[in-house]
Amino acid sequence: MVKRILSIAFCVLVLLFIYSPILLLVVYSFTDSTVIGQWKGFSFSLYADLFKSAEIMGILFNTIWLALAAATLSTILGTAGAIGIFYSRKRISAPIKAASQIPIINAEIVTAIALALLFSMTALYRTYFSLIIGHMVLCTPFVVLSVMPKLKQMDPNVYEAALDLGATPSKALFKVVIPQIFSGIMAGFMLSITLSLDDYIITAFTKPKTFDTISTYVYNAVKNGTNSSTPALRALSALIFVVMIAAVLIINLRAKKTKEDRK
Amino acid sequence: MAKLSKDEKIIQIVGVSKVFDETVAVDNIDLYVRKGEFITFLGPSGCGKTTTLRMIAGFDIPTSGKILLNGKDITNLPPNKRPVNTVFQRYALFPHYNIYDNIAFGLKLKKIPVTYVNDKGETYTKMQKLTRKEIDEKVKNALSVVDLEGFEKRSVSTLSGGQQQRVAIARAIVNEPEILLLDEPLGALDLKMRKEMQIELKEMHRKLGITFIYVTHDQEEALTMSDTIVVMKDGKIQQIGTPTSIYNEPANAFVADFIGDSNIFNGTMVAPRTVRFCNKNFDCLDDFEKNEKVDVVVRPEDIRMTYPEDGMLKGKVISVVFKGVHYEITVKVRKTEVIVQSTESREMGDTIGLVIQPDGIHIMKKEFTINKYDGYITKKNTVVFGDGEFECDVTKLYPGSHLDEEGYLITANGEQIDLTDVDVNVEVEFKDIEISDNAEEGGTQGHIVSIIYKGDHYQVIVRTEENEEDFVLDTEDLWNENDFVGVKIAPENIRLTLKQENNK
Repeated sequence: MVKRILSIAFCVLVLLFIYSPILLLVVYSFTDSTVIGQWKGFSFSLYADLFKSAEIMGILFNTIWLALAAATLSTILGTAGAIGIFYSRKRISAPIKAASQIPIINAEIVTAIALALLFSMTALYRTYFSLIIGHMVLCTPFVVLSVMPKLKQMDPNVYEAALDLGATPSKALFKVVIPQIFSGIMAGFMLSITLSLDDYIITAFTKPKTFDTISTYVYNAVKNGTNSSTPALRALSALIFVVMIAAVLIINLRAKKTKEDRK
Repeated sequence: MAKLSKDEKIIQIVGVSKVFDETVAVDNIDLYVRKGEFITFLGPSGCGKTTTLRMIAGFDIPTSGKILLNGKDITNLPPNKRPVNTVFQRYALFPHYNIYDNIAFGLKLKKIPVTYVNDKGETYTKMQKLTRKEIDEKVKNALSVVDLEGFEKRSVSTLSGGQQQRVAIARAIVNEPEILLLDEPLGALDLKMRKEMQIELKEMHRKLGITFIYVTHDQEEALTMSDTIVVMKDGKIQQIGTPTSIYNEPANAFVADFIGDSNIFNGTMVAPRTVRFCNKNFDCLDDFEKNEKVDVVVRPEDIRMTYPEDGMLKGKVISVVFKGVHYEITVKVRKTEVIVQSTESREMGDTIGLVIQPDGIHIMKKEFTINKYDGYITKKNTVVFGDGEFECDVTKLYPGSHLDEEGYLITANGEQIDLTDVDVNVEVEFKDIEISDNAEEGGTQGHIVSIIYKGDHYQVIVRTEENEEDFVLDTEDLWNENDFVGVKIAPENIRLTLKQENNK
């Protein structure tokens, strides 16, 4: 009994350690004070400020379209890459597959500096183009990684069966192969969105000067050691946190449901 | 190799080879398939049968050679443009579609010429897709052919293996192909289901009247279903023929061994229509040159058991197994095991006689280019074979190994191995055997039984007394028949391989 209480207590301690900063942030998003630690009574005014601030709304919009664009392009590129690797001869595909996964373990700052160097040699430095390419470099390897296992699970003959029944290679790809790896493609897309949404390093090195995402904006706002300049960011952070929790819950519940369906 | 026939050839394979990353899967084969026949490619795994099928389907392109369909070159035609359909070993159904959509997949893509009459009364044809109604009709028919009426709305995952295979067949035949290719379609089914499907497939072949090309490693399946069997091994065709002719007249020892049960003996032709094996002469129907080395194949059901004194061979029963319809009796005749099938049984340990009629003896020319023996290693690290004992280099059995002072073999990884009594295969080339007038010299001795002049040298056969082991050798010296000679082989020319490795 004592053992059980201890083990539960320990788990609670670990969770508290992980979540207390975020909880603090959420709690203090409901009070109208400039600094955390000062409780001025319950209020929604920070949330009201947030939605009234054209600047923050613009930045939120920037972040979302960037994430959608980068994720879509990365998903197309990564899926095509995974299919190409899968259907290539082993002697060719093994090194390409390994090379495609290096950016995942490579330090992001190295990728960011390399991108900045590359684009500074061209007229495209700090443009939307360099920004999107930067985010694609970040996301594409993860798409390849999530599509690859789905291809391996697929019956290797189904593509050939489609050709055999008269489908052209492109029809066979879209009618037979893509539907079967679709869950992997979707997983890659969602992963790309989350990666792009909270990316700071690559964004900072490739973004146009006047363009900001939430990450770069928040970083600039708190750079000088204070969070007082825009308290509305507390509300924004709290909102993002809640949305993320909801997303994780929905994904887990759906996974559980499909598992039960299979049984 | 090709059979002569006036029938229409639907597929001709001309000098086709396929090489995958330096492995030769199919080695220069020539073959044709007659329209409407049920032809089976039969062979062990890795013999090139599936690769041949895949080249006909268009999934693999031959490295060299040509494939003709109705006389037209289709070697490089993509699979979607060929009038053939395939049934895959693991069905390859589309799991995201229901049964109807699986079967209709090919029909929905198909365009057929439709003839119209316009206002002026002129006729013209247009390539047009099938209507929904036509597709419904065809899918329904295909499902009834495979006995799955009413399964249209079911999903693939709710079907058993046998049902999935039926859907795969329906999906292929609904397109009315000229040729149906079947790649071990029954391999994943259980025995009872397989037997049922064999009969059904044969029935389907009869009803549809199209050409079936079937791939299997199961000789019984091939014998039951086929009009023609193509036996393959190591990418080469061993024999083409009807099931009966392949069973009764196997072209070589491999075919005999692969099709049905058989006893295969090493024999030598000793006189016209007389073959010697198991130390006895037998009358036979096939004729080869005198002293030619041959493989003798005797089917177990062609051996009759009798009293010891009446038998052509005498041996001791070492095992009796009841097989349902017959008994399988293994008889040890000297050092050879002979398998007999009979409806009568015998007791273990009985001494019995065996009789083989001339028409039960099938003789095949031996591809004889090297002397082969079964041997074993002694305590002294010499090798015993061919009624003699020879010095040899046992370190060749394990690459990178050496012998320690006590005579144990140390492998490249430092493992110590005692080779005493290890069974080995021994190979010696003709040119590496020397004979000597001094019979005591060398590892063994025997009489010269044959001398054939081969242009620039003589081919000599020395036969030992005890077990009648033959040593074939090339020499430039002239010897006399019946000379009693010693057989010498240099240790480095005795090639040894471990038995187990060969069984893999």
